Amino acid sequence: MIYREAGQYKTSYAADQAIFPILQDRIGLAILLLVAFVGAPLVASDYILSTILIPFLVFSVAALGLNILTGYCGQLSLGTGGFMACGAYAAYKFATAFPELNIVFVFLLSGGVTAMVGVVFGVPSLRIKGFYLAVATLAAQFFLIWLFTKVPWFVNYSPSGVISAPPRSVFGFYVTGIEATSHAKYIFCLSFVALLALVAKNLVRGRVGRAWMAIRDMDIAAEIIGIRPLHTKLLAFAVSSFYCGVAGALWAFIYTSSVEALAFDINRSFQILFMIIIGGLGSILGSFLGAAFIVLLPILLNAGPTAMGAPLSTSTIAHLELMTFGALIVFFLIVEPHGLARLWQIGKEKLRLWPFPH
Amino acid sequence: MQHAAPRTIGETLLKVEDVSLGFGGVKALSGVSFDVRRGEIRAIIGPNGAGKSSMLNCINGFYQPSDGRITYKGKARGAMRPYEAARDGIARTFQNIALFRGMSTLDNIMTGRMLKMNRGFLWQCLHWGPAQKEEIEHREAVERVIDFLEIQAIRKVPVGRLPYGLQKRVELGRALAAEPELLLLDEPMAGMNLEEKEDMCRFILDVNEQFGTTIALIEHDMGVVMDISDRVVVLEYGRKIADGVPDEVKADPKVIDAYLGTGHG
Ligand SMILES: Nc1ncnc2c1ncn2[C@@H]1O[C@H](COP(=O)(O)OP(=O)(O)OP(=O)(O)O)[C@@H](O)[C@H]1O
Ligand SMILES: [Mg+2]
Repeated sequence: MIYREAGQYKTSYAADQAIFPILQDRIGLAILLLVAFVGAPLVASDYILSTILIPFLVFSVAALGLNILTGYCGQLSLGTGGFMACGAYAAYKFATAFPELNIVFVFLLSGGVTAMVGVVFGVPSLRIKGFYLAVATLAAQFFLIWLFTKVPWFVNYSPSGVISAPPRSVFGFYVTGIEATSHAKYIFCLSFVALLALVAKNLVRGRVGRAWMAIRDMDIAAEIIGIRPLHTKLLAFAVSSFYCGVAGALWAFIYTSSVEALAFDINRSFQILFMIIIGGLGSILGSFLGAAFIVLLPILLNAGPTAMGAPLSTSTIAHLELMTFGALIVFFLIVEPHGLARLWQIGKEKLRLWPFPH
Repeated sequence: MQHAAPRTIGETLLKVEDVSLGFGGVKALSGVSFDVRRGEIRAIIGPNGAGKSSMLNCINGFYQPSDGRITYKGKARGAMRPYEAARDGIARTFQNIALFRGMSTLDNIMTGRMLKMNRGFLWQCLHWGPAQKEEIEHREAVERVIDFLEIQAIRKVPVGRLPYGLQKRVELGRALAAEPELLLLDEPMAGMNLEEKEDMCRFILDVNEQFGTTIALIEHDMGVVMDISDRVVVLEYGRKIADGVPDEVKADPKVIDAYLGTGHG
């Protein structure tokens, strides 16, 4: 009887509509934030911060973005990598063209540019759906990557085509470039992610989110109650691409410190898609769970057998990883389309009834 | 929802003149004309495939008639999209339930308020201040619909898990939440048991009486149709064969031939 809502009567609709209506969830979230903002930087090593936590955060933003479009609005996209690249290159252009501009605004602006690009590539969604839309977004993926590799303007005419992120600071701490510590990068990333997650949650629990889900569940009925399909889908493309763009900028500036198109190829798009399928389509929490899962899986596959005295070769791990993804994706698509997030919810419901199962 | 008003039947709200609609070779409607007056319950009946659903689809902009004219609230309408009809106060339910299966009862009915919510995108991002106030206001309106339809217990249940009869009721709730002037119901009682039918009849009559909503409905159950409607249009093979008060229509030999004779009664 640790987790239950019994006795927590909602006396107003405001309380019932609160972001976390159950007290235990609010406490849980407070603890999680405390651990993430204070605990982790205190105990985690540079290695853990820069190879596990920071990529996890960056992936979470991308997964949030794709989940808004695919999980909430039902528009399948394989262009995530392309949109991330768009954000990364836009951030590079903004950062170098306006060196005085605060990096926070650089990232927000690159999200904005990516949102506009996303809208352009979202226009076909009025006419085509499902598989055909996925193919159209695939075209966006290939076109964007091609554009960034072929047009030297995007890399400020650097001959190698690979460029490093310029150093920038926030509140006197370097968050990008070689002088930035992993702690500063982590906290910066985490703040961004926390805010973006809050905004995403706010959107999906209000009018905008309901319009997206209505289009996803039955676009004809949605139109008949007054939802404009194109408008609603394009808004989903814009918001989703904004998130993917910011994720790309964070990836290039904070995680890898270099901007290169190769990091955002079609495999990246699939990887993010796997995250939301495993984590849970149409769930904010699921975006995080999926990102965590995909970041941790190779590490576990590596550490497990090593601890048992039978280390695996890198290529075996890569194969195992793919096989596990394949199996899990089939499992979740067939058995539990709402992914890990739904399993978590079922667990909570069980806990709510415990110890009286009926 | 609006407050109760005494039941009065007023001027013409919707006028359909010579409407035709074809799908390739199939003529779903040929030169159909009828009107719906403000405040009445108007039934459209006819055998399977007579063009009843197609007629509703024309009225709410889902199909564009190939010929003829539809006048709504005194204005002749050009080609329009369904969301424009919705903005003009036309709501409907479907013959095959068209709910948003991934959403709860509450959220489904909340979508019915979509057109009345207009806080901008940035407020939505914050979900605070005016946006929250608006959300609560509309939640109150939706709760009144939920009370009216007696579905308080399934508020938070995903509609995909509800039995058929309740789904039909939620779909009515979503249409009612929009506070329509004209409510189109496509076979609201199909597939229901007797008790569910009685409930649905009561809701339809109450909506009409308490809120003064004009209702156009398609229904196969003749007993129900003759009981609750003020006037009845009969279609057969896309043509109108009779139009009038229930007693007239019941006595019309063409109707008996075409419809009552075919075992639908
Ligand atoms: N989208 C469509 N494409 C092609 N033909 C259609 C379409 N919609 C309706 N029809 C045809 O139009 C005719 C009238 O159909 P409609 O659905 O309006 O009949 P109905 O009176 O509602 O019948 P029921 O009682 O079975 O619901 C039928 O012959 C049907 O096959
Ligand atoms: Mg029909």
